[in-house]
This record gives sequence, C-alpha cells and structure tokens, in this order.
Amino acid sequence: MKIHEYQAKSLLARYGVPVPRGIPCFSVTEAVDAARQLGGGLWVVKAQIHAGGRGKGGGVKVVRSAGELEATAQQMLGMQLVTHQTGPQGQKVARLLVEEGVDIRQEMYVGMVVDRQTQQVALMASAAGGMDIEEVAAHTPEKIHTMQIDPGQGLLPSQAEALARRIDVPEALVGQARDLMLGLYRAFDENDASLAEINPMVVTADGRMLALDAKFNFDDNAAFRHGEWQAWRDVDEEDPNEVEASRFGLSYISLDGNIGCLVNGAGLAMATMDIVKLYGGYPANFLDVGGGATTEKVTEAFKLMLGNPHVQAILVNIFGGIMKCDVIAEGVVAAARQVRLSVPLVVRLEGTNVELGKRILAESGLPILSAANMDDAAAQVVAAVRRS
Amino acid sequence: MAILVDRNTRVLTQGITGKTGMFHTRLCREYAEGTECYVGGVTPGKGGQNFEGVPIFDTVAEARRATGANASVIYVPPPYAAAAIDEAVEAGIELVICITEGIPVRDMIQTRYRMRNSATILVGPNCPGVITPGQIKIGIMPGHIHQPGPVGVVSRSGTLTYEAVGQLRELGLGQSTCVGIGGDPVNGLKHLEVMKRFNDDPATEAVIMVGEIGGSDEEECARWIKENMRKPVIGFIAGVTAPPGKRMGHAGAIVSGGQGTAQEKLDVMESCGIRVTRNPAEMGRTLKAVL
Repeated sequence: MKIHEYQAKSLLARYGVPVPRGIPCFSVTEAVDAARQLGGGLWVVKAQIHAGGRGKGGGVKVVRSAGELEATAQQMLGMQLVTHQTGPQGQKVARLLVEEGVDIRQEMYVGMVVDRQTQQVALMASAAGGMDIEEVAAHTPEKIHTMQIDPGQGLLPSQAEALARRIDVPEALVGQARDLMLGLYRAFDENDASLAEINPMVVTADGRMLALDAKFNFDDNAAFRHGEWQAWRDVDEEDPNEVEASRFGLSYISLDGNIGCLVNGAGLAMATMDIVKLYGGYPANFLDVGGGATTEKVTEAFKLMLGNPHVQAILVNIFGGIMKCDVIAEGVVAAARQVRLSVPLVVRLEGTNVELGKRILAESGLPILSAANMDDAAAQVVAAVRRS
Repeated sequence: MAILVDRNTRVLTQGITGKTGMFHTRLCREYAEGTECYVGGVTPGKGGQNFEGVPIFDTVAEARRATGANASVIYVPPPYAAAAIDEAVEAGIELVICITEGIPVRDMIQTRYRMRNSATILVGPNCPGVITPGQIKIGIMPGHIHQPGPVGVVSRSGTLTYEAVGQLRELGLGQSTCVGIGGDPVNGLKHLEVMKRFNDDPATEAVIMVGEIGGSDEEECARWIKENMRKPVIGFIAGVTAPPGKRMGHAGAIVSGGQGTAQEKLDVMESCGIRVTRNPAEMGRTLKAVL
C-alpha cells in the first residue's frame, strides 16, 4: 500500500524525524488559510498524488505571495498531473500540501528497502539527492552507498554516522543526520514498510537536517496489525478495477490490451499473458482467481473484465489441480450466463474430471470455445479477436 | 533416490485442526505411502485428541519426541505462521515446509535471522510444497498428475509447476522430486540450493527450472549451473509481459527499478547454457529434447 507525502511526513515526525512545517489541504480556501497559519513570505505548494516525478510535471511550485498561492492552488487542484510514473493519462490532483519555504544548501538521498538477497533491510544513501534515484542507480551506481541492517540489532548509530559522512553531510550535522536515519529506521521497522525514501534529505541555510520529501510503501501482508492504514488509504489513487477486485479476493492488474485473462495462480496467470503475446495478441489484464475458483469469484472476475470496453475476447485458463474440472466448468457457465457474455470465450481446463468439465461447457449452449492446451487456447483467442 | 523427502520421511502437520490442514492432511495420507509418513499433528490446546487416527500434540517438541518426526508442514494462518516455523526450528525438525500465503515480510526476516545457525531446511512460505511421486506428497499439489521418473522440477509458482508436470505426463515423463520454493521475497530454499541437490541425486537426469519476475535468484542459480551442473537444465520465466512496478499476485513478483525483468533472467540463463523457452506450453517438449 502507498500513502501520500503528507502522511509519510506525519509518520516520520512521530519518530523524531524533522520535516518542514506544513498543512494538507483539500480546497483553495484551505490552502490560503494554511499559508496564513504557517506565516512567513515563502511557501511551497505540492500536489499530493502517489506517483513520483511530480516536480517535473508541474506538481510542485514555490510561491511568494498569498495571491500567487491562491492562483497556484486553483490551477493545481483538479488538474491531471502527468509524470513518468502516472502514464500519459496522468493522475487527478485532489489534495495539496502547503509547506513553509526552506533555504536549501545541500540535497542528499536516503532510502530503505527489503534486500531479498541478504534477507535483511538495507539503508541506502547518496550525495546525489533530489534526483531520480533509479537514474542514479542505473548510470552512476558508485554514488549509492548501502548498509545492511542486522535484524537482531537494528540500525546502529555508528552505521548511520558512517553513512552520513560518506554522503558528505557537514561534520557539524553528522549527529543530526544520524538521528534522522535512526528515526527513519524505527518508522520503517515498526510500521511494516516495504520501501521508504527521503529524497531529498537537505541541509538548510540555518544548519538543520530536514526531510524535504518522503515516500512510504507498506507490506500488504501486514495490514491485519495496522488498523490505521485504513484511514491512510486513498482509493482515488488506485485503479478502480483493482480496488473492486481486492474486495472479492481477486488479484487484478489492468493492462492495455484487448484479451481478458482469467487464471488460477499468479505464475500461471503471468505465463498466460506471456503466451497470448507470443501468439500476437495483447492481454487486457492480469487476473488470479486464487486456488478456489468458485462460481462467485469467476462471476466477479467476468464482470471486471467485461467492464473494460477494450476487451474483445476472454481466455479462461484453469489448472484444476485439487479442484475438479466439472465444478469449475459449472462455475464458468453460471458466471457467463449471469453476465450475459457478449464476447468470444475460450476455456482451457486441466485436471481431475476434465472430460466431464468439457462436456458441461459444450452442452451449455453458450458460444464457448474449448481448448486442448495452452498453445491451442492462445491461438484460438487471438484468432477470435482477429475475426471480431 | 529423490531429494528432500521420500517414503522414510516422517511428517507432522502444524495447524492440523484448521480447515486447510485437515483437508490436505487427508489427501496427503491417501497419496502413496502417506499413511505411514504422516505421524502426528500440532494444534495448541488440542493435545491428546486425534485427526482420523493421527495423534495431535500441543507443541512440536512433544510431537517430535513422541513420534520421531523429522519434517513438518505448516498450514497455520499468516499472523502466526512465522512463529510456527520458529517452533519447528527450535524443536530441531530437519525439514520445514510452510504452505501459508500472506506472512508479513518483517516476520520472515526475523525468522530467517533466528534460523541463521540452525541446520533446519525451510521450504516456502507461500508454496505448494514438495512431492516425490510414488512415495510421498507434502503440500497442496494434485498428486494424481505426478508419476515417478527422471525429471526434477523447481519453481516459484504453484499452478505453473502443475502445468509443467502436466506437460511431462503427456510425454510419458515422470519426476524425481518437485519442489515449490514459493513466491515470497524472503523465504527458505532458493533455486540454487534445490539445483545443487538435484545435481547430487542419482535419480534426477534433467531439471525444469521455472522462475518469474523479481529478484535475482534465477540468475545466481544460472551462474552456478554454468560452472557446476552435470545434468541438462531447461527454463521458463513467467512475466515477460508484466508491467514494471506492479506486484503480480506473488509478493516477490515485481520488477523494481528496472531490476528483475523476465528478459534479463532469460538472457543470463541462456548465456549460462540453459535451454530456455519463452512459451509456457513448451516446457515439457523442451525438457524432452535435452534428455
């Protein structure tokens, strides 16, 4: 799960990480009030969307008067902000963060991730702050310094100090940078984060370390022990189909093709998309109905796929395994009837009672194309799209 | 011969009184020599009872003392599953297979850390389990599609493993052992450790290695294969069409920062002498061609 910058900053502040004073706003009036409350004569207006790269897309503006602030808030709220992470359609801006302006002397990067190779959390830092860290990693990996964190001991103050010196934190501020990183680590650890970034972490003109931007992602598997995530979640930032799918225990991801794919198991679902592409077709989605492909789940899955106007055919690929194919076939038929299926449907079933399953499909009276294996299924569904 | 499990393995089911634990313990006991292999179950508070004749114990340590079990399979729900692994490790169980999907990564980091000086082998979590056809099935895979034979299978995905096994069956090829290592980013055995065991197993003549996007375990395994493997290996990687930054069902199946793409894995595997196929329907035929 992802959260907004202002939420990430309030979380960090709880762990003693210094952040600029700021107020989240949902309207122009609130933004003007926020500036008045913050005082001073320099503010930053930041569009709150989950995607990165907001600055380049016009989602971060420095303003110097109440009038300028009002005009900026007016222009930003409701805009479709396009960044390299949003796709060409962009993401609608519904929330702003108004912050006090900061006089910056130096920008650095710190971040934390789970390192799968070492099975530990890693703290990364770079003197090249403010930039897209993936660019830095791709072109100048030597500028990124990494510390592995021992799961038994946690981040050590000595590690944080060493890392601060390596990214050229001024000697007088090494203590502050250390405390900031220790706070970041505690926030990451105690909140089941999967990724956290402070980019940039800055040195201000008046000699303070500050988290100027912040990003937090959480491990969805840990949601059961973090009740407050529900309040942090902003479903407007998520794909509505993916939100709907999650309500029914389906794992769904939208893609830009025209062949809907309904599969059991994540690996087989990916492989099904791959083979559709291999046969010259374009998958419209990733959809894993999970181990129990019940009638209810299959029905919801059909509704989701058919809700996408680009879908011209559907491929169902179920390796029954423990589940019996006749039960699955009945589920597919019932679901197809219920949603009044309007596009060609290719079904590939494998597992126990496969012959019985195929007979149920054939005798349903529905225009279902039965496939013998994955090759056959992909070939048939691609041909069906070409005909339509 | 086989790897990890055979007819002499003695298994405990942790979470035997849950719906999943009961269902799969029953199916596993019905498979091959399962009745002999499944010697006990563990559910705290239900010690002294039994499940269809399988004695239930309060703790793994008690169960191990009473039955001599050397393996356990875990169906405990995600909030308690890592603690269940810890308990099995502390009781000295040699092989722990964790089926549970959805364990928080932080829990697994701590559990793997506590296991650092232990001799226990962990398979999973979030995996279908391990089967040595004709002898023993530990996990949720459909037993009937398997048959004894010369092909080792190692995979991060459940149903994609069944797909590979189904294709082998069509070609009349059986399996020595099939190992589902699971789709989580922090887990027990990786491709590499399973591959080493297949290399040393006289019953295994060739291996199907099934991977997916995310991480670099397949690449590490491929480099080891190039230098050390004495048997042919064929591979498939799922997710060539997966968009970057999206978690594709499995917690570990995500391309992040341009790392862990299927193409990159396929390229490294090919350069290490592994015959790869980009068509998931070709896994069986590709394997047959190298036998």
